[in-house]
Amino acid sequence: MAAPMLRGRCLGRCWALACIDSGSRHGRGAATGFTSSGKRGQSFVAQQPLLTAQKSRKGEHKWAAVVGLEIHAQIASNSKLFSGSQVHFAAPPNSLVSFFDASLPGTLPVLNRRCVEAAVMTGLALNCHINKKSLFDRKHYFYADLPAGYQITQQRLPIAVNGSLAYSVCVGKKWRQVITKTVRIKQIQLEQDSGKSLHDELRSQTLIDLNRAGVGLLEVVLEPDMSCGEEAATAVRELQLILQALGTSQANMAEGQLRVDANISVHHPGEPLGVRTEVKNLNSARFLARAIDYEIQRQINELENGCEILNETRSFDYKLGCTVPMRDKEGKQDYRFMPEPNLPPLLLYDTASLPAGADPQQVINIDRIREQLPELPSETREKLIQQYGILPEHSFALLNEVGLLEFFQNVIKETRAEPKKVTSWVLNIFLGFLKQRNLAVNESPVTPSVLAELLNLLDRKVISSAAAKQVMDMKRGNPRAINKLIGLVRKVTHNRADPTVIKEILEKQLSS
Amino acid sequence: MSVQASPTLFMAAAAAVAARSDVVTLKRVARLHVWTHYGGLGEKCGRVRCCWAIGPGWAGTGASPPRRILSGRVTAEVIEHLERLALVDFGSQEAVARLEKAIAFADRLRAVDTEGVEPMESVLEDRCLYLRSDNVVEGNCVEELLQNAHRVVEEYFVAPPGNISLPKQDEQQPFSHN
Repeated sequence: MAAPMLRGRCLGRCWALACIDSGSRHGRGAATGFTSSGKRGQSFVAQQPLLTAQKSRKGEHKWAAVVGLEIHAQIASNSKLFSGSQVHFAAPPNSLVSFFDASLPGTLPVLNRRCVEAAVMTGLALNCHINKKSLFDRKHYFYADLPAGYQITQQRLPIAVNGSLAYSVCVGKKWRQVITKTVRIKQIQLEQDSGKSLHDELRSQTLIDLNRAGVGLLEVVLEPDMSCGEEAATAVRELQLILQALGTSQANMAEGQLRVDANISVHHPGEPLGVRTEVKNLNSARFLARAIDYEIQRQINELENGCEILNETRSFDYKLGCTVPMRDKEGKQDYRFMPEPNLPPLLLYDTASLPAGADPQQVINIDRIREQLPELPSETREKLIQQYGILPEHSFALLNEVGLLEFFQNVIKETRAEPKKVTSWVLNIFLGFLKQRNLAVNESPVTPSVLAELLNLLDRKVISSAAAKQVMDMKRGNPRAINKLIGLVRKVTHNRADPTVIKEILEKQLSS
Repeated sequence: MSVQASPTLFMAAAAAVAARSDVVTLKRVARLHVWTHYGGLGEKCGRVRCCWAIGPGWAGTGASPPRRILSGRVTAEVIEHLERLALVDFGSQEAVARLEKAIAFADRLRAVDTEGVEPMESVLEDRCLYLRSDNVVEGNCVEELLQNAHRVVEEYFVAPPGNISLPKQDEQQPFSHN
C-alpha cells in the first residue's frame, strides 16, 4: 500500500473524480467500495473526506470513473510453462529458447508443475475458489513475437475464480485514518508470455528475442471496483507484496515481471457505464496512477466537449505524460478461442479426493499447499501491531520499503529502547536519511546494530536526540560532529578518557 | 496458402467420434460445436456476422442457439474477415464452395439433441495431464534455431516493423466471391 506520506495530492484528486453529492462534501463517509452484488448501474464509490476544495460550476455533472485491471505476473520458476528452457532475465538473445518455444513443428507443450503450484498458492492467498478442473485454450493473433500464432491461456475455465484483494488507503488529517477497500478478483489464469520485440525504426525492422517466449504468467483479472489511479496503484502494490511474500513471482515492474493493463471508463452516477478504453504498457509503479488519472480526465474532457469515446486500445507515453492510441490495435480483436487440443484438462485434488496410490509428483493437493502458505503481508502487519503496539499506518510503511521490516526487527532485537521509539526513528529519521541520499535499505551505511546502539544511548539519556541525529550524519565523515561526540564521551567518562583514543575508537566504530 | 477446407476442431472430433461410435460422445461433440461456435464463454460469433445469421447481442453461455436462418452461402464479408484473421487465401470460388460444404457437413451435428449434456472439450479428457518437474533441460541452441530464419541480425530474428495490413478487398486481385 502506498506510503502514507506522499498521497495527499493524489487523494484529493481522486476524491474529485469520485462520485459524491454536494451534501456529503463536508462529511467523512465510511469507505465502502463497490457493492459485491455486481449491479454496476447502482455501484457507488467510497466517499473520501474533502482534501482540496472543489468549486462546483453551475450545471456541472459529477463524474464517476470505473477502473478494472489485468495484471500479468511472471511466475518465479526455473523453467518455462510448457518447456524445459530456462527462465532468466538477462541472457544472450535466443539462448534460452527450446524448439517448442520457437514453435517448430513436431513439438508439444508439457506443463510445469511448479507453475501450477504457484497459481494455486496465489489463488488461495487471494481467497479464490480453486477450480479442481481447469482447461487450456488457444488465443489466436498474429505478431512477430508470438511464433506459434497463438498463445496458450485459460480463457474458459481458469484455475482460480472469485477472489478478493484487500488494500488500504490512508485518509483523514495527516493520513491517520486507514480505510480498507476490497477489489474483487474475477479470475487467475495460467498463460504463456510472448517474446520481446526490439523496434529498429532506422532500418524499419523489428528484432525478435524469444527468451521470454513461453515463460509462465499468472494473469490476475481485477473487477472494475476501483475508481481512480490511486486506488489502482495501491491495489497493485498490495498484490506485488503478496506475490513476493508467497515467492510465486518477484513482481519487479522494472524487470517486466509485473505488467498492468487498465480498463477505464467514466459515467454519470446512476447512469449505465460508459465506453471503456484499454490502456496498455503500464510498466512502472510510478506512472500507473498518473496514466489512469490522465485517461479518466481525457475521457471526461472528451465527453464534456460532446465527443464520443472510442472503444480502443491506448498506450501510455511516459515522456509526454499522456495516453495515445496504439497503431496496431484498431478495431476489435477476434481471438478465435478454441480448446487447446494437446492438453487434457488440469485436475487438482484435495486431501479428500486424492486418488489412492497416486504418484505424488503427478498430483497436486490443494489442502497441502494451503497448509504451507507463508505469512501474508496483512498477517505480518497485524502481528507488528499486536506485538509492538505500533499504529496501522506505520505497519504499512514498514512493509512498503524493501528490507525495511527486517532492518526494523534487527534493531528491535538489539536495543532496549521502546518499540514506538524505534518505529519513529526507523520510519522518520532513518528512512528520511536514506531518501535524502537516494539509498536502498541494503545500501545503508547505518547498520541495525549501529542504530540499536544509538537508541540505547538515547534511552539511557547519555546523548541527546540531536546528537544521535548527528551521528547518523557522521557516516558521511563530518569531522565537526565527531568532535562533538568526543566531547560527549568525555563528559560521560568524567573526562578520564583520552580524547585521541576516543577519536580512534569512534572512527573505527563509525567506519565499520 | 490456399485452403483445402482443412477440418475444424469439431470435424476432427467428429471423425474421432465416428471411430469410437459412441452416441453419448457424439452428443458431447455436438454440444461443443454449439458451445464454441455460438459464443459459449468465448467471444466468437458475437462479432462475426456469419452466414448463420445469429441475432445480435446473443452472447451465449452454452445454451442452445436461436433457430438459425441457414443461407448455405458464405458471404464475401465473412471470407474477407476470415482471410484477415487467419491469413489464409481463399484463392478460388472452388475453395469457398468447399468451405461451405465442410460447414454443412459439420452442421449436421446439430441434429443431435444436446439438452443437459456436458460439452466435450478434448478427446484427451480421460488422459492424465503430465506434470513436468521444474528443471532446466532445454535451450542453448541459438545457432540451430537461427538456421531457420530468413534474416538474422546478431542472433536476433528479424521481422518487419509491426503487422502489415492486408490490402482492402478492392485493392486485391479481382476475385469475385459471388
